[in-house]
Amino acid sequence: MNAAPPVQRPRGVGGALVRLAAGLREADRVVPPAGASAWLTTFTAAAMAFLAVFALALSLAAGRLADRWGDALARTATVRIAAPADQVEAQVAAVIDVLTTTPGVAGARALTPEETTRLLEPWFGPGLPLDRLPVPRLVELTEADPGYDGEGLRLRLAAEAPGAVLDDHTRWRRPLANAAGPPRVLGGLSIGLIGAAFAAMITLAAAAALAANAQVIRVLRLIGARDAWIARAFVRRFTLRAAAGAAAGAAAGTLAVALLPAADAAGGFLTGLAFSGAGWLLPLALPPAAAVVAFAATRAAAFRTLKELP
Amino acid sequence: MIAFENVAYSYGGGELLSEVTLKLAPGSFHFLTGPSGSGKTTFLKLCYGDLLPTSGRVTLFDREVRTLARDDIARMRRRMGVVHQDCQFLDHLPVAANVLLPLSVSGRAGSPDDLRDLLAWVGLGPLAGALPPQLSGGERQRAALARAVIMGPEVILADEPTGNVDWDMSLRLLTLLVELNRMGKTVLVATHDMNLIRATKAQVQARVLRIAQRRVTLAGADL
Repeated sequence: MNAAPPVQRPRGVGGALVRLAAGLREADRVVPPAGASAWLTTFTAAAMAFLAVFALALSLAAGRLADRWGDALARTATVRIAAPADQVEAQVAAVIDVLTTTPGVAGARALTPEETTRLLEPWFGPGLPLDRLPVPRLVELTEADPGYDGEGLRLRLAAEAPGAVLDDHTRWRRPLANAAGPPRVLGGLSIGLIGAAFAAMITLAAAAALAANAQVIRVLRLIGARDAWIARAFVRRFTLRAAAGAAAGAAAGTLAVALLPAADAAGGFLTGLAFSGAGWLLPLALPPAAAVVAFAATRAAAFRTLKELP
Repeated sequence: MIAFENVAYSYGGGELLSEVTLKLAPGSFHFLTGPSGSGKTTFLKLCYGDLLPTSGRVTLFDREVRTLARDDIARMRRRMGVVHQDCQFLDHLPVAANVLLPLSVSGRAGSPDDLRDLLAWVGLGPLAGALPPQLSGGERQRAALARAVIMGPEVILADEPTGNVDWDMSLRLLTLLVELNRMGKTVLVATHDMNLIRATKAQVQARVLRIAQRRVTLAGADL
């Protein structure tokens, strides 16, 4: 009957996590083993993590797409020269001269008639009689880092080659980059909603478990258990279930993403959903994140419910 | 130790206890008697802070129970051992784990030797691994008594501890409570069994509190 002295334990939220990780199970075993609700919690955590992997992949892919479109279009620009046939070559030479002396321009070259034909082929078909059509000549320039002053270059071109028009793709680049923005935001929003839905589900499940074990809680209170000790039994159980479910769901989601067909082959203009580089490590964050959400949601639900009990 | 000062308690409008004023001194042995439904269990619940008085003051270990926070109530209950009428076990845990629960919830480690001695004292040594539903009424009451005393409480409250057991087992349980009282524990036993009270008074200097017509009074020497 002579009890040993109290065991020294870490306190506070950090202490609660330490105790959880340390696996002190005495609080856990006072709650009777649960049936279907345990599997439902684990399954829901797995499903949420699976969806979160896709939302994460979507968000990252959208960002990658926006960057790729922006970079690809920003690196090059074209100068279009529409002039009477007898002045075209002179204006091409003038344009190249202007470009090669412009700070921020790494290089400039006139597209050959064959290259121009290939560019127009998707719209006019093969065998285009380029020499009989008033097709403007194109000069491609490559931007250096830092880039050139677009307005200044336009003024110089207007002075040296009146038929030359600088097209730096701004009109194209901006809508494309803008178009990639919403999917990225949508991906982030989806992750947030998944997290919130998961927290709500865990809160409901924890409240149900607490209600189902009202008699156990009453016995524990009668023999001197503090609310924190009782809550720990439920918190530990739900946190471990959520972490286990999320680990399975994240693994399945990552595998599914890895098995998706690559879309990069479509001219390098699109991108697949698959993660790239260190992005593959991101799903590893989902089980701990699910555990933290479950820990906070169950703890809040437990203390709220316990305060309503005598 | 436990003091009531002009305490009243009402259930949904009807007053069950009224103008109760008394003190349980350290080391005393009291019986609480009265007809069924007279308020014995309510009185005990007021003693361990499970109910708050409708009016008046209940003081536990020199602290007014109404001023105690939930955690304070929990700490107070660790200084009391309560044998509930329905025993209040966790049926999925074996007897030994149930008996050890008060130590677990207070963050103390129980010694296996102490547990073995305690279970032997109440005659449940061979049943340490049994589940509560497998025990008889007397065995459950003795297990509840073991759980009530494992923390070495200063006060032991027992609510009809002999309610479901035969005469021999009733005497055996009361003998255990008398032994605890001789160790210096304050004991309060609620029972309606007058024969048991008479048999116990032969062993120990016990006072008898009687609940009648909402009042708690000290019974006369006729008992």
